[in-house]
Amino acid sequence: MNACAELTVVACQPGPDPSIVQLTLSPPPWAPKPGQFVMLRPANFGQELTWGRPFSIYQLDSRGLQVVFQVVGRGTQRLAGLRPGDEVAAWGPLGRGFQTKGSGPFLLLAGGIGLAAFGLFATPAHALPQAQLLFGHRLPLEAYPLYQEMAQKIPCEAMRQTTPQDIAAFSQELSRRIQDLGPQGTVLCCGPTPMLRTVARLCLEHGVAGQVSLENRMGCGVGACLGCVATTASGERVQTCVHGPVFDVRALSWE
Amino acid sequence: MDTTVHLPGLTLKNPIIPASGTFGYGLEFARFGDLSRLGAICVKGLSLKPREGNPMPRIAETPCGMLNSIGLQNVGVEVFLQKKLPFLPPEVPIIANLYAQSAEEFAELARILASEPRIAALEVNVSCPNVRSGGVQFGQDPTALQAVTRAVVSAAQGTPVIVKLSPNVTDITAMARAAEAAGATMLSLMNTLTGMAVDIRTRRPRLATGTGGLSGPAIKPVALRMVHAVTRSVQIPVIGMGGIVSAEDVLEFILVGATAVQVGTASFLRPDRVFALVDEVAALAEELGIHAWEDFRGTLQEVV
Repeated sequence: MNACAELTVVACQPGPDPSIVQLTLSPPPWAPKPGQFVMLRPANFGQELTWGRPFSIYQLDSRGLQVVFQVVGRGTQRLAGLRPGDEVAAWGPLGRGFQTKGSGPFLLLAGGIGLAAFGLFATPAHALPQAQLLFGHRLPLEAYPLYQEMAQKIPCEAMRQTTPQDIAAFSQELSRRIQDLGPQGTVLCCGPTPMLRTVARLCLEHGVAGQVSLENRMGCGVGACLGCVATTASGERVQTCVHGPVFDVRALSWE
Repeated sequence: MDTTVHLPGLTLKNPIIPASGTFGYGLEFARFGDLSRLGAICVKGLSLKPREGNPMPRIAETPCGMLNSIGLQNVGVEVFLQKKLPFLPPEVPIIANLYAQSAEEFAELARILASEPRIAALEVNVSCPNVRSGGVQFGQDPTALQAVTRAVVSAAQGTPVIVKLSPNVTDITAMARAAEAAGATMLSLMNTLTGMAVDIRTRRPRLATGTGGLSGPAIKPVALRMVHAVTRSVQIPVIGMGGIVSAEDVLEFILVGATAVQVGTASFLRPDRVFALVDEVAALAEELGIHAWEDFRGTLQEVV
């Protein structure tokens, strides 16, 4: 009955861009839903690094639990240095993922490494009807091997942003896609906070159902530390780790 | 060994208690272990009315620890009694942690909680560094501390009262003696040390409130020193806490004089840590030939 498992590293591989790392761990007996996440705390954190780190569950099958992350700080640096056989404490699956009832269409909007949150939609068990994915990215597309993997299962398009003009063009494309989706459509988004805000605003403006996965810093991942709270539309502060990370755009305050 | 711990009016199966503010209302951790195996559960600080707490960011990771400034966000005592408490296993004693802004409010909260049979003890939070009024205000002034302690003890009608002390004082033993003289049944210490983390790039504090409370292994030596000093200054039992992660840590606190311990930030290192400690402490005590806590507690060889 312990949802915290001791896993071992099967593979830890930097991609063509060494800042993007794919980590595979021995598979825990979980049945995660798309948008749910896992907290990872490798033994090499010792006591020096306190918290585990939250990651979207990219894949989980008999080969292992896979997460894909970008090296951004002390925690991800140590995770990137793991070797096969190293021990990692993993607790999950955590949080409330994407709510995807209905016949679609579904517009998946991914920014950067946020793409990993959509990984499970590329598996038969969680395949979405009428899905299309738009991927905004800053690094060259080759830096994201997961994009190629997902593009085999979901119709995908990618747009790179390296200049402010690119970002404006991407925003316009987001706006166009959201407006074209139609009243039955649902937008699912995971990416950096400015992108989430843009997508939420567009969904609200055009009356399109939208869900965003928040990237708040987390301490515990289980609702106890109250360090990751988001403010709801009614002004209540709720833990992103248990009430989210995926929220309906109408449920949050975007002030 | 028999790991039972006898505190005045409160018997624990073992000395391991998850600390307030790090274990939610207990239920959050039911996925990670058997709640009924814990010595007791100290729930998140409760106030008369719900509180939304402080703005974000509220937490920052620091070497061997963390800073927090949550500001006592909680569901309020009514929701706790109706929607949380009934779902906690009856075999585990529940300690309610109380936060209020006046002695009168503390008394009212104590009355409500003490009249609930499932509440085994009250822990008075006079040491929160992250709220503007109340909190550590009461814990830094012996007169105010005594007023709050008396008010809670009187309203508690026999339910044991634990006073949780702040380390952010000149002499913690003076505060300990003040609480004892005012009728506290026990003491718990220490709460977090006030600290700060800043970002040289944004030139801003890493917490929205500027300062916060430091916890985790980084503060253990300070906590040991304070538990050691306090247990030699008062007659009432002391529950030790501050950076406990391992079974060795637990025995260190008992060695310097603690009767039981609270485990806080360790639950953020791993949500099943506190459950594992129950077994690890018993095993380590066996290994060291400790047959009863009385034979070990406070037996530190003093420096002459």
